[in-house]
Amino acid sequence: MKLRTRHLIVAAALFASAAAFAQTTVQDAWIRGTVPQQKATGMFATVTSASGGKLVAASSPAAGVVEIHEMAMEGNVMKMRAVPGLDLPAGKAVELKPGGYHVMMMELKQPMKAGETVPVTLVVEGKDGKRESVEVKAVVKALAPQHEGMKH
Amino acid sequence: LQEHPVKSIERVVRDSTPSNPAQRSGVTRRSALAATVSALAPGLGLIGCTKTSAFHAVDVTGAAWGRDFRLRDPSGRERTLADFRGRAVLVFFGFTQCPDVCPTALTRAAEVMRQLGDDGRRLQVLFVTVDPERDTPELLRSYTHAFHPDFLGLWGDLDQTAAAAREFKVVYTKVPTGSSYTMDHTALSYAFDPAGRLRLAVRHAATAAEVTQDLEILLAA
Repeated sequence: MKLRTRHLIVAAALFASAAAFAQTTVQDAWIRGTVPQQKATGMFATVTSASGGKLVAASSPAAGVVEIHEMAMEGNVMKMRAVPGLDLPAGKAVELKPGGYHVMMMELKQPMKAGETVPVTLVVEGKDGKRESVEVKAVVKALAPQHEGMKH
Repeated sequence: LQEHPVKSIERVVRDSTPSNPAQRSGVTRRSALAATVSALAPGLGLIGCTKTSAFHAVDVTGAAWGRDFRLRDPSGRERTLADFRGRAVLVFFGFTQCPDVCPTALTRAAEVMRQLGDDGRRLQVLFVTVDPERDTPELLRSYTHAFHPDFLGLWGDLDQTAAAAREFKVVYTKVPTGSSYTMDHTALSYAFDPAGRLRLAVRHAATAAEVTQDLEILLAA
C-alpha cells in the first residue's frame, strides 16, 4: 500500500503540473471486451476535473452511439439509464466503475479485443459553460477476467 | 410448520398480477411486477440477515415457483431442469449487451467454479437471455464460453422467455436509449440442489466465496 500511496503522490504531482494545460484528466480508462456479434459494452475510468464541471457527452469512432449511463440496483432489479451529465466536483477523482456509472458504447463497429486500445472522447462542461474535449485511449480488458477475485 | 416468509412474498406478487391472461400484456404488468419486487426487496434482504440459516443467500427452499424451465441451448436442443439432475445448477437471467451486472455475475460464477475445485464439475451454470431478439444462439454460445467453456446459454422465443421469467419471478423491461434499447432485469442468481429443487436466491452483491460456501452445502447433501 505504501508503494501505491507514493505512486499516488507522484501522480498527483504530475497531475498538478498537467492541470495548468488541461482542466480534466482521465486515468485507468478501460473497456470491457466483447465477443463477435455483441454490439454494446461499457468504458470505465477515473475522471478528475481541476476546477469542477460536468461530464456531458462522449463519442468514439468504434461505436455508433455513446452515452453516459448510471447503473443502479432497485431491490434486486438492475436498472440502467442514460444521464444528462455526471458531476465532477473540483479536484475530486470521480470513478466510473462497475456498479455505478459507465460510458455506454452501443452499435459497436467491431468486437473489442483484449489488449487493444480504443480512442474515446469525453466532453466536459466547465462551470463557465465552456466545453473541453478530452481524448482518452482506453485499454480493452478481457470480457471475463481470469482468476480475478471478486471484491466488494 | 411455520410459513416460509418467501411464500407470503409470493402471494403479494401473485395478488398484484392480473389473473386474466388478456390483461397480461407488456409494460403495465411488468412495471407493476417491478414495483412489487422493488418494494419487497428490503424484506428479502432482511430475511437473509436475520434468519438463522446455514446459507449466505436467501433460502427459498420449498418455494412453489422456480420449478422448471423449457428453453433451448445454442445448438437448438430443448432443455429442462431434469437434464442437469445430479448437479447443482446456478441460473442467471440477463442479456449480452449488458456492460455491468451480467459480466460481473458470470465472472463470479466462473470464480465459484474455480473455488469448488473438483466439485466444480458438479455445478452447471446457466445464463438465460431476456433479450432473445438480439442474443442469437451463436452470440449466446460465444458469450458464455468467454467466461467458462461449461457455461450454457439458454434462449426461447418471446413467449417462452416470458414464461421462464414468470416462473422465476424475474422481471425484465426494455428501456429505449439512443437509437437502441437496454434491459432492466432482476439480477438474482438462483441455485438448485442436485435433486433439482430450487434452494437459494443469490443477491448480486454476494461474493464468490459466499456463493462457493453455499454451493458446497448443496453439493454435500
